[in-house]
Amino acid sequence: MTEANAAALAAATVKPRRRRRRIRGGDVLDHLVLIVGSLFMLVPLLVVFQMTTVPDVEMIRTGPSLQIGDQLDENFDKAMFEASGFSGQNTGTRMLVNSFILGIGFALGKILIGMMAAYAIVYFRLRFATLAFWVIFTTLLLPLEVRILPSYEVVQKLGMLNTYQGLIIPLIASATATFFFRQFFRSVPEELVEAARIDGAGPVKFFVDILVPLSKTMIAAMFIIMFVFGWNQYLWPTMVTTEEDMFTLVRGIKQITQTLEGTNVPEFGRANLLALIAVLPPVAVVIFFQSWFVKGLTESDK
Amino acid sequence: MAQVSLEAVRKVYPNGFEAVKPTGFHIPDGEFTVLVGPSGCGKSTLLRMIAGLEEITEGVLRIGDREVNDVDPADRDIAMVFQNYALYPHMTVRKNIAYGLKNRKIASAEIDRKVAEASDLLGLDEYLDRKPSQLSGGQRQRVAMGRAIVRDPALFLFDEPLSNLDAKLRNQMRIEIKALQRRLGVTSIYVTHDQVEAMTMADRIIVMNGGRVEQIGTPAQVYHAPASTFVASFMGAPPMNLVPAEASAGSVRFGQTEIAADSAATGPVTLGIRPEDLIPDAAGPLAMHVDIIEELGAHRLLHGSIGTERMTVHVGKDTDVGTGQVPLSVKAGAVSLFDARTGMRL
Repeated sequence: MTEANAAALAAATVKPRRRRRRIRGGDVLDHLVLIVGSLFMLVPLLVVFQMTTVPDVEMIRTGPSLQIGDQLDENFDKAMFEASGFSGQNTGTRMLVNSFILGIGFALGKILIGMMAAYAIVYFRLRFATLAFWVIFTTLLLPLEVRILPSYEVVQKLGMLNTYQGLIIPLIASATATFFFRQFFRSVPEELVEAARIDGAGPVKFFVDILVPLSKTMIAAMFIIMFVFGWNQYLWPTMVTTEEDMFTLVRGIKQITQTLEGTNVPEFGRANLLALIAVLPPVAVVIFFQSWFVKGLTESDK
Repeated sequence: MAQVSLEAVRKVYPNGFEAVKPTGFHIPDGEFTVLVGPSGCGKSTLLRMIAGLEEITEGVLRIGDREVNDVDPADRDIAMVFQNYALYPHMTVRKNIAYGLKNRKIASAEIDRKVAEASDLLGLDEYLDRKPSQLSGGQRQRVAMGRAIVRDPALFLFDEPLSNLDAKLRNQMRIEIKALQRRLGVTSIYVTHDQVEAMTMADRIIVMNGGRVEQIGTPAQVYHAPASTFVASFMGAPPMNLVPAEASAGSVRFGQTEIAADSAATGPVTLGIRPEDLIPDAAGPLAMHVDIIEELGAHRLLHGSIGTERMTVHVGKDTDVGTGQVPLSVKAGAVSLFDARTGMRL
């Protein structure tokens, strides 16, 4: 998109002073590198897209090709509305909704917990606050994969298997978010706290009225990272969700590729379309929040 | 409106540093008091204790008739203007000014009325819907003032509010703040390290040094009768000339010259003479060797030495002087004597 913009801009500037404009060898080289790079990233995606537009049988006969077929609609219907399991409940739409709940719940939960932890550490005179922070920080060394068995047991005992809270809550304690918010809060001028105290804002009011709005851009940045991270969770959802209507996209696709076995024609179109759909929301989140993110960097609001 | 009194107020930080030594003074209702001193002298700490942002280690602080040692800042009936304005960056000017009122659960019609009144007083009407980042330094300063005055506090506290402004704006805001305080008649405590601000704005000046009060007095008292050599050298630009001399009842001997002094002190002293109290006089007893003349338009400063002592002399623009030897006389009754050892006024 930026390339197109740049091209448009260049075209606009070229017109009034066409004579002076000369293409330098360096520019050509730069663009060559960029074009090769973007092809490197895009071609696999395009191949996947191509596969979703042709009948599955065609796929087996000719393999991937450059020819765009006419099966996109049909594959889309199959992917989004046709159940792939036994219960008939894990349609693409259902999985998409589950993924969104996981991604958003995961991101918001992490942001909320991280902000509150950082708030306590930075603004309150706690005994051992620094120690508490470093203890939180060291949990970075203990990702979910390390503690997956005890976590599973706890969730199971609490009866949260196959629930959204079971999917989300064990994941949301976040050292990363706590760390970033701590750094950010420490950069908020002390005088703002004092002014708020004199203005009669208690701890909760200060947090809600002042700190949260000030952290907007930071929250947006965290949301990008955490949403994508939550969306792409695979291992944990696989463990705690056994009922098909709780499947997320990322794990549901795997289930479809499992049904490729047997004598049926594999559902290439459907699986690949789901894969594409699974890619879109994280991309959209990044694009949407990116402008906020940049604004936060350039427009110093403190 | 309220009087403020401190009784043996002391501040010791957890690391053992005594920022404010036991200090007591009384500020009458409606007075504009300036706390002045070099950085690290404890003036800001004192102000922050009065605001309630720092705990008072020992002593009693009263605002009005109420002891407020353990009262929350929000309940002390004070308003504070900070050095960096401390405006809430995400709120518009209107919301910034109204925030304190909103937290006090005041009816919104009343808030609107008060905000309008304050913005009118400060000329902020057209900026009410802007964010602080869209305002200039002087305008931000006014918003900070507005935030303070809408609350109708009993006491204004200013923590070096002008030090982030450029010199011209500073002069202007100095007058505005002083005029506003006169009009509202609110007791005010103003902290600054700038002795010009202290002299021009204060009803009374409290000069602090090293966590101690050096002198409390009107600007004239502090200037003409400094309580110590510290005050003498801190207040006034250029500072008072301080030279070692020998006192004998009723006069003081500096170098070869005998100067009349209204003091019974004898023995070694420090002699203080304000630069403008030394007058070029063909028949003067002091001979100064002038090295540099500083031209300041309305007046000139002569820098040089008498004997081995560096001196500065302040003369009007019409006085015709050059470098080299300049004979001087001392204005009668304009000398201060300080104890040579302790630096205290004799």
